[in-house]
Amino acid sequence: MKILVLISNVPDTTTKIRFTIENSFDSAGVQWIINPWDELALTRSVELKEAGAINEITVANVGGKLTEATLRKALAVGADNAVRIEAEPTDAFFVAKQLAEVAKDYDIVLAGIEASDYNGSAVGGMLAEMLGFNSVSAVSGLNIENGELVINREIDGGSQVLTVAAPVVLIVQKGIAKEPRIPAMRGIMMARKKPLDVIPAIDATNETAFVSYEMPPPKAACIMVDEENAKELIAMLHEEAKVL
Amino acid sequence: MDFEFTEEQLMIRQAARDYAQRELIQDVLERDEKAIFPTKHVKNLAELGFMGMMVDPKYDGGGMDTISYVLAMEEFSKVDASTGVIVSVNNSLVCYGLQKFANEEQKEKYLKPLARGDYLGAFLLSEPEAGSDATSQHTKAEDKEDHYLLNGTKNWISNANSASIYLVIAQTHPEKRHHGINAFIVEKDSPGISLGPHEDKMGMRSSDTHSVMFNDVKVPKENRIGADGFGFFFAMQALEAGRIGIAAQALGIASGALERSVAYAKERKTFGTEIANHQAIAFKLADMDLKVENARNLCLKAAWMKDNGKDFRKASAYAKLYCADISMEVTTDAVQIFGGYGYVKEYHVERLMREAKLTQIYEGTSEIQKIVISRQILKD
Repeated sequence: MKILVLISNVPDTTTKIRFTIENSFDSAGVQWIINPWDELALTRSVELKEAGAINEITVANVGGKLTEATLRKALAVGADNAVRIEAEPTDAFFVAKQLAEVAKDYDIVLAGIEASDYNGSAVGGMLAEMLGFNSVSAVSGLNIENGELVINREIDGGSQVLTVAAPVVLIVQKGIAKEPRIPAMRGIMMARKKPLDVIPAIDATNETAFVSYEMPPPKAACIMVDEENAKELIAMLHEEAKVL
Repeated sequence: MDFEFTEEQLMIRQAARDYAQRELIQDVLERDEKAIFPTKHVKNLAELGFMGMMVDPKYDGGGMDTISYVLAMEEFSKVDASTGVIVSVNNSLVCYGLQKFANEEQKEKYLKPLARGDYLGAFLLSEPEAGSDATSQHTKAEDKEDHYLLNGTKNWISNANSASIYLVIAQTHPEKRHHGINAFIVEKDSPGISLGPHEDKMGMRSSDTHSVMFNDVKVPKENRIGADGFGFFFAMQALEAGRIGIAAQALGIASGALERSVAYAKERKTFGTEIANHQAIAFKLADMDLKVENARNLCLKAAWMKDNGKDFRKASAYAKLYCADISMEVTTDAVQIFGGYGYVKEYHVERLMREAKLTQIYEGTSEIQKIVISRQILKD
């Protein structure tokens, strides 16, 4: 069984987000990482491979040459090979179209539930539709038992177990792996020799168009209320914050 | 000149940072308070390949350069300098010494498991009466034809209880003074070895330090490193490399204190504003940051010289001296910035200050580094 993990290249989660005067994201000094949900998906894939449940892990992303560092980190963590599709990831439809070209040959495709930069949550579902694959969303557990995919989903107040036939796109969230795996020296060394193929983009449209960015309003100052004045706090929650 | 790190170096720094911030931080205060050895972490770090990260892959090492090692040491030591020293002793004294000077059989038998982290190593040079004055070794290694007989006491031995492999420096031909010294690979469970009590240290309390007594310990002839009388040279070479590790450890302690101070100064308010807005604090932070930057550059330069086969004796002494001294200064300033909070254990900076002090003392005191540097300057 072959698994494909989709990798988004995102700014480190502690990055202070700034915009340039032209109202575009200012990437100066930004450290790029594997999207945290994709990293968990990759970690689970590596665990499944170590357990002998799958044979091969490929990672793929749509992006420029700068994203290769992120792909090589994925190789160091344990992917067997990487594919970079040479294009700027302009919108979800465009990205899904590109990835469909690669993903069609795999049994399982893992997509993080969203990317931590634009929080689009769209590529996985679109990809399944384009490929005609099954798709399960909000997956928080994946096991392969005698060739059958057993999936855990978080549902309101509990969890659901279901099975699904490959080929399938699984849109995974927290819980799919305990915590992201730290690459070992051996992995980092082996990543030098693993294939990272760059393939040209296919023609595809953008279905959305970017207009502008806006920063959230600055946080208001924190108001301290003495513990004796609980009534004052309740009044503020009623009248000012309007949350009660 | 190129001040850019490679992608791989950055990946290693991130791996070390992730482990430190995710795992070492969890129990660092408890291990410090109760002086508990980080057994679980050493095992995990071995699995990640950090225990023999510079050893050639053909001896089961990580095959990484000294720059990467400095980056990793800084990250570990920012959070937990005790784990830092355990990593440093194994990598830059024990594994480095064996990779450079041991013969193939010795490498096969000892370097491989040390590099994998299956065994932990210790380096036994200091004695009750021979610390800085390493030439006056009282531990004897008598040549008994088919083996050596070891007798004597070694002091202040890091990893003494947790290690399985000792590199022991001892005197075989007292009349030849330091030309009569040998280095031996000694298995810790050899009959005749006993440990003194666990030293109750001021800092680095999670690393285990003991004296080690040798009483008629038989060491096979084939466990001598290099030719007869090579031991003093061996020890000095290992220490030259070891200094880079301890320098990076001291750097990490300082940069950890700096990071905590910057975060605290942006949060803590006095006189109606964050203390970072007071020049008294802001300028202190600027001084600390400059010292840390200088320290890092000295460490990286020494590492670069070692990686490029240059004579790094002076560079590693510079790095060790400067990093240790500024580590003490920066951590003391950090405690001052934190005020009363800095003096209680919960806020970490008092621990960093206690840890910094040792970096001025072990693997060559700051004064010894000045001897090394001045001799280099004056030799011509």
